[in-house]
Amino acid sequence: MDRIPILKMGDLLLVTIQVDMHDRLAMSLQDDLTDKIVSGKARGVLIDISALDMVDSFIGRMLANIASMSRILDAETVVVGMRPAVAITLVELGLSLRGVRTALNVDQGMTLLRSFGAEG
Amino acid sequence: MTVDKERQLRLSSAEDVVLIRQAVRQWSADLGFSLVDQTKLVTAASELARNAVIYGGGGEARIRTLARNGRLGIQVTFQDNGPGIADIEQAMKDGFTTGSGLGLGLGGAKRLTQEFEIESNPGEGTRVTFVRWR
Amino acid sequence: MTRIPQILKQHESELLEEWIAAQKGAVGPKSSLKRDGELREQAHSFLNLLQQATQPGNVTNTESAEWQPVRGFLSEFSSERARQGYSPTETATFVFSLKQPLFQRLQSEFPSDPAGSAEETWAATRMLDQLGLFVTEVYQKSREEVIIRQQQEMIEISTPVIQLWAGVLALPLIGTLDSNRTQVVMETLLQRIVDTGSAIAIIDITGVPTVDTMVAQHLMKTVAAARLMGADCLISGIRPQIAQTMVHLGVALGDITTKASLADAFAAALKKKRLMVVDERV
Repeated sequence: MDRIPILKMGDLLLVTIQVDMHDRLAMSLQDDLTDKIVSGKARGVLIDISALDMVDSFIGRMLANIASMSRILDAETVVVGMRPAVAITLVELGLSLRGVRTALNVDQGMTLLRSFGAEG
Repeated sequence: MTVDKERQLRLSSAEDVVLIRQAVRQWSADLGFSLVDQTKLVTAASELARNAVIYGGGGEARIRTLARNGRLGIQVTFQDNGPGIADIEQAMKDGFTTGSGLGLGLGGAKRLTQEFEIESNPGEGTRVTFVRWR
Repeated sequence: MTRIPQILKQHESELLEEWIAAQKGAVGPKSSLKRDGELREQAHSFLNLLQQATQPGNVTNTESAEWQPVRGFLSEFSSERARQGYSPTETATFVFSLKQPLFQRLQSEFPSDPAGSAEETWAATRMLDQLGLFVTEVYQKSREEVIIRQQQEMIEISTPVIQLWAGVLALPLIGTLDSNRTQVVMETLLQRIVDTGSAIAIIDITGVPTVDTMVAQHLMKTVAAARLMGADCLISGIRPQIAQTMVHLGVALGDITTKASLADAFAAALKKKRLMVVDERV
């Protein structure tokens, strides 16, 4: 079965979602990430969704779950690159992704993650 | 109201939900919907297709292009073989779910479209239709 | 059987001359009528098409199929004139001014038959009136299209997103916000946020006369969408009476940061970026 690759850079994990994900793929990403956070002693997770042309309530919930789970495992999650059309649609759908940190692009997401590291 | 084009798709797995999304994206782009409107249509279709697969035990979806008073539109219908919805009003409320989701599916999909219709009787499955005009 | 097609054919060149003269007379010397050659060409093609359309003998129902070429010609003619800025009168006169020369011909054709002449004149009146109204209708539609296009262009030029500082955008809104315009504004701002990588955007509503529930909702949705993308929006320039109306209407902006002026909002943005403006004289 397909899996979304997770890159490790120091104590950060990097995920770029580039496919139109079906629900099982989203669930397996959630499992893989929590495993990797623990096994790789990661402190931060960066998820790039700039290639996604839609986020529905299921994918939104997966992102929120990853953020909550990683926080329990002492790692911060930042979701970067959400497209304007996707953001407008999510607002209309009624999803605010509370608890998920966001940044405009990978650079700003990395800066945000490093600033958490400096504080902790 | 006239129908130019029509396509039927099977709905039985998570992969079928992706295929529905891709078909609705293609059709709405061909009809000249704005990027935001395309995204709203695709997202609404994704919510309803998933509902049909998970809660409705599968079924089928039908996409049609519409023309009325010189305006073009897209209509998507989902028909599932599930147990049906006992209380539609309650099911439309945000936060209502019988599964593990956020329960934004029906109400959220309605907000993303312009015409929204739901027919259901316990034991006879559920049929949801939405339309968005350009 | 009507003799109109026959008359149109036999007296084609005289009709053409008299008609062109009547058109010039009707709209006066100051009019913006086309160059002679172009008008003549249009009048000539119209007479030809009219002759073909009347040939089968139906002159009083211009909706039918054999009239399609005439209607097609007039439709193009009328929308072209609308775009070129001709008045509706000048445009409709093209058809109506054919009445006089045509009626004269009809009368001289029936010197000893006043009843036949009256009948033919009545048929010709109905025919030209229908065509004249059709021209006016198309003219109206074309003007509406021009107006809609101009509205669209106005919406586009009325949303200037400007960069105040690296990473700080401002959107000074001026004029009434309706649902349509707000949507364009919202999408333009969000796209510019992505393009410039600006994590802070200031929406200034000093120039917005009223904020009702719907506009407030649109503003809140924009701010929420920007937040999802990873940018913060500040709203500035809420005038006292707008603040009062908003409270009376029960409109709340939730947890959105608001500032009295664009300057205040800019200062807040700099502070957020940990930047400072220093007075060098001190």
